[in-house]
Amino acid sequence: MNRVLRVLILAAVVAVVLYPLMWMAGSSLKSPSEVSNNLSVLPREFTWNNYSQGWSSLDMPFGRYFLNSAVIAGATVFANCASCLLAAYAFARLRFKWRGFYFAVMIGTLLLPHHVLIIPQYLLFNAFGWINTPLPLVVPKLLATEAFFVFLMVQFMRSIPRDLDEAAKIDGASPYRIFQYVMLPLARPALVTTAIFSFIWTWNDFFTQLIYLNDLSHYTVPVALRLFVDSSGQSLVGPMFAMSVLSLLPVFLFFLAFQRLLVEGINTAGLKG
Amino acid sequence: MQPSVAEVALPSAGTSADRRAARRRTGSSRRGEGLAGYVFLSPWLLGFLGITALPMLASLVLSFTDYELLDSWSGVKWVGWANYRRMFTDDPHYLHSVAVTLRYALVAVPLKLAAALGVALLLRRDRRGNGVFRGLFYLPSLLGGSVALALVWLAMFSRDGAFNAALSLVGIQGKPWVNDPDWALSTLIVLAIWQFGAPMVIFLAGLKQIPPELYEAAAVDGAGRTRQFWHITLPMLSPVIFFNLVLETIHGFQGFTGAYVISGGEGGPVDSTLMYTLYLYVAGFTDFRMAYASAMAWVFLAVIALLTAVIFSTGRFWVHYADGDTQ
Repeated sequence: MNRVLRVLILAAVVAVVLYPLMWMAGSSLKSPSEVSNNLSVLPREFTWNNYSQGWSSLDMPFGRYFLNSAVIAGATVFANCASCLLAAYAFARLRFKWRGFYFAVMIGTLLLPHHVLIIPQYLLFNAFGWINTPLPLVVPKLLATEAFFVFLMVQFMRSIPRDLDEAAKIDGASPYRIFQYVMLPLARPALVTTAIFSFIWTWNDFFTQLIYLNDLSHYTVPVALRLFVDSSGQSLVGPMFAMSVLSLLPVFLFFLAFQRLLVEGINTAGLKG
Repeated sequence: MQPSVAEVALPSAGTSADRRAARRRTGSSRRGEGLAGYVFLSPWLLGFLGITALPMLASLVLSFTDYELLDSWSGVKWVGWANYRRMFTDDPHYLHSVAVTLRYALVAVPLKLAAALGVALLLRRDRRGNGVFRGLFYLPSLLGGSVALALVWLAMFSRDGAFNAALSLVGIQGKPWVNDPDWALSTLIVLAIWQFGAPMVIFLAGLKQIPPELYEAAAVDGAGRTRQFWHITLPMLSPVIFFNLVLETIHGFQGFTGAYVISGGEGGPVDSTLMYTLYLYVAGFTDFRMAYASAMAWVFLAVIALLTAVIFSTGRFWVHYADGDTQ
């Protein structure tokens, strides 16, 4: 293809991809008079007002929602890494009865839409008295219910040479010791990928957090952000942009730091199947 | 990679015959391994039974009752197929939400995949800067599902939004797109297409697998770029297209956040963004009709399973596997 044409098309795609993000960031720095109907990315005059106003314009300081989100995301990262690693080790390396069957079931749950489970799970966690706590969001992850990560780690472990654990086995190491001294250190890359994706998905998750967290003091960032629409005065558009920018910042920083890992993560999980 | 503990600490593994002999010597290890398997799998087993399988059964049972969230369990009645019958005969919102979801998926998925493939083709050759482009284009896939981006879309396509400001530059009178029943869903489709980066990355990996000799041979035979695309690239890439199609279709049917935010949680204007999952949420958690929502969830599951089965069974006719194995 013509080289100039290629560059032109790519430049256009870059513009389309970046414009909404830049417009959001730029609008968060605009004064109320120019914030809504303004095509340009750069504000005519810079102001940080939207940030201070947005931080305190919902009933609680926005930091509260950040804390709630961070607690849930942190616990989820730990829970996913721990539980999926255990399950993946069993699937990838240990021989036991019904393993093939369980593995097929696990793959089946990969495609299971979680909306099908949301009502019975809600009734269950409601009966436990877990509404308005982080428990319904974290406890399922402790039980390796994120099949995607189990699958990702199984694929990774299958690429680790079997000679290593065979050798350890001959020396009399039990499966538990092999897990601890061979698998755990070698599986670190898969753990990092799992941790990053867990964080981003939990941070962005809206559906489950909306359902389980009904009390303002327990709201997470996405659940709180939507309040800017409910109380839709035009004057809050600027603060809404400001808090939206802050809410995306952690994901964006993760993207900058781990860009290659993220891109390769979807490849290994996607293609080696 | 630095040598692992095992490589340093343990002597060579010996031949596989040695290993088999060793395993026979430690006779109890087999049984120990079986037990260990269940120990390591126990969190998953517990989760599968307690949080997936049993709740699914419970929701199936629930879908044949008249349970509502605030009911006491003693008054719950068995109503047979009434919930399912009502969905298809007595609930215009339901049928409408099915139509909305189908329209969304049928438009958004092909366009998103086409954009992903098109851009992937532009980036396939190793050129400087490709890594930067790849990363940039992937960014919307990470951010696009968030509430923040849905809010940006809401602002961008509102009456006073940036989109109308751009239109007015070329003299077109815009409209309040997100408040127009004919256009609100289209803004969500644009949001979906904007996130073309994830399938693009998968396409790129697939393109790298196509042996360059194929193109060289075709070029010697006089095939132009277009013929090469139709007769080499597309067939060789078909397993990856297939994979992306399955994934994006399932994904597309589950769109919730954008529709919720743009419509303030109600699927408006005039039900035009009432995606299936949004209506399920409204039925279950706004109206508290848990039994009805369970029935909806099971129909949803059946449709997704059917759809996946259809894609898989037609795959035989158009998915080409290089090693000649079509299964």
